[in-house]
Amino acid sequence: MLSLNKLQSTGKKATRDGFGAGLKAAGDKHDNVIMLTADLRGSMKSEDFINTYPDRFIQCGISEANMMGVAAGLATAGKIPMTTTFANFSTGRVYDQIRQSIAYSDKNVKICASHAGLTLGEDGATHQILEDIGMMRMLPGMTVINPCDYNQTKAAVQAIAEHHGPVYLRFGRPGWPIFIPEDQEFVIGKALHLNEGSDVSIFATGHLVWHAVEAARQLEAEGISVDLINIHTIKPLDEAAVIASAKKTGAVVSCEEHNKYGGLGSAIAECLSKNHPTFQEYVATDDTFGESGTANELLDKYGLGIKDVVAAAKRAIAKK
Amino acid sequence: MADIKKLESIASQVRRDIIRQVYLCQSGHPGGSLGNADLLVALYFEVMKHDPSFNMKAEGEDVFLLSNGHISPVFYSVLAHAGYFPVAELATFRQINSRVQGHPTTHEGLPGIRISSGSLGQGPSVACGMAMAKRMNGDDRTVFVLTGDGEQQEGQIWEAALFAPHNKLENLVLIIDDNGQQIDGPTEEVLRLGSFEDKYKAFGWDVMHMDGNNMAETVKVLKEAQAKRNGKPTCIVMKTAMGKGVDFMEGTHHWHGKAPSEEQTKVALAQLEETLGDFPA
Ligand SMILES: Cc1ncc(C[n+]2csc(CCOP(=O)(O)OP(=O)(O)O)c2C)c(N)n1
Ligand SMILES: [Mg+2]
Repeated sequence: MLSLNKLQSTGKKATRDGFGAGLKAAGDKHDNVIMLTADLRGSMKSEDFINTYPDRFIQCGISEANMMGVAAGLATAGKIPMTTTFANFSTGRVYDQIRQSIAYSDKNVKICASHAGLTLGEDGATHQILEDIGMMRMLPGMTVINPCDYNQTKAAVQAIAEHHGPVYLRFGRPGWPIFIPEDQEFVIGKALHLNEGSDVSIFATGHLVWHAVEAARQLEAEGISVDLINIHTIKPLDEAAVIASAKKTGAVVSCEEHNKYGGLGSAIAECLSKNHPTFQEYVATDDTFGESGTANELLDKYGLGIKDVVAAAKRAIAKK
Repeated sequence: MADIKKLESIASQVRRDIIRQVYLCQSGHPGGSLGNADLLVALYFEVMKHDPSFNMKAEGEDVFLLSNGHISPVFYSVLAHAGYFPVAELATFRQINSRVQGHPTTHEGLPGIRISSGSLGQGPSVACGMAMAKRMNGDDRTVFVLTGDGEQQEGQIWEAALFAPHNKLENLVLIIDDNGQQIDGPTEEVLRLGSFEDKYKAFGWDVMHMDGNNMAETVKVLKEAQAKRNGKPTCIVMKTAMGKGVDFMEGTHHWHGKAPSEEQTKVALAQLEETLGDFPA
């Protein structure tokens, strides 16, 4: 069982580095894993896979729609294609190609999306997608995963290679604390309990899990007991874990690097309103586009900082 | 007659601004920006009729749209020197709370920007719409749109390539920055583009060529394309060198999207004459 004191940062690496490491491991195990990219090979930190298996790497050029179709074709013939580009160009750019050729056609394609959210930083709003979890979650049959650190991303890539069906795997650009134990098992669709508590439930995904951990430490220091749950798989949602925690605490906070509409917060609200209506506070972007800046400046400005999680927890508790 | 020496001296300052913007925030795309400095200077300081007091609708004005939005540093420097906004604002490039965003955007209201770009492949379609609106309004000015050569790999490019000649958009000029480079390497290795001339001709365009790093030739070809009205859109295949003007950046994809170090910045700036005054850091 994990708990706050076991969740210490052992250094920083980007989740996209975790993707590269996981891809190599998945490639070693399954000779039908194929990597595709659309002129962003360098950003995907996958040189290890590409150099080891050059015949299983497909450079598509700047043609994301074509890449999605090619992936669907490869999957039809039994390959396990992993498409790679930035999250914006992995989703919004190619929504209908994913919808028709992959999701509706039941293809075993893994859409691996880096540079998600505000934390890609200086490139600004054209590249900072905050709507992708919503879009992908709306697609029937799509599994949606947003791992929180290097280790979890590495484990997630290996898990999706074993899983049959379309998956959206969302990760990011910046160096980020590594705090999930290396040997922690990753089970698609199963929430990871990070700390047992009774006053407030904090559900977090992606980069914001680290902020939730740091916020929980502060709250615990003030005598507030936090039930902290990592929802790495947003769809299918671990409803049993969400309901059980909400029943125990009666106050809920959701944390994500995504718009407040359509993402993790929405998924939790949909689940609880039906099963156990609970006051909920959202740590999410407030229906806005992003802008240029450094990752941490942006997280602060858009209300995704550690202090924002602390404040949201107190608001949720105050409403009980 | 165009004063080519004067245009070249403006382009030198623009190249300094590019290096300094990217250096200050340690982020951005110097390679394509340097390669396109001559083109944008020619357009804004010689070829286009335009009004820096900025009216979004551009009635009675020529229009330039940047589809390859990553080369924003060159666009910002040229717009600032042309009078659209204070040159001093270049110091805020890519920093938080700035109008000078990583990729050009209308969202922060920076004068001179008419469409957000950054996600590649969308500019030519928007340019088709603007060219059609001009025709509907009886406005005979020209719409210019620039794309990268790698950008030509996007499927939407070819949807616009069909649309423009079908609709006889003779007031549309598409410029392709044929520098042979993109992020992952030479275009020839990443995804071969073949002959732009053959492709665009087959789609029904007039095709012209120019050396986009030769100011006199650039001005001449742009003016010809601008004046031409024969029922066909024009595609200019423009040869440039990525990184033009800074020897260690020239001709390689390594400087597509990388910021120079302090030492590299010094070396680069020593190769570019300060002609209009550097913006304060
Ligand atoms: C739709 C889309 N896909 C990918 C990218 C990432 N990207 C930015 S610039 C670039 C390469 C562009 O090549 P080119 O048009 O030749 O421009 P150059 O490198 O010569 O400046 C890529 C792939 C993007 N911005 N938009
Ligand atoms: Mg190019």
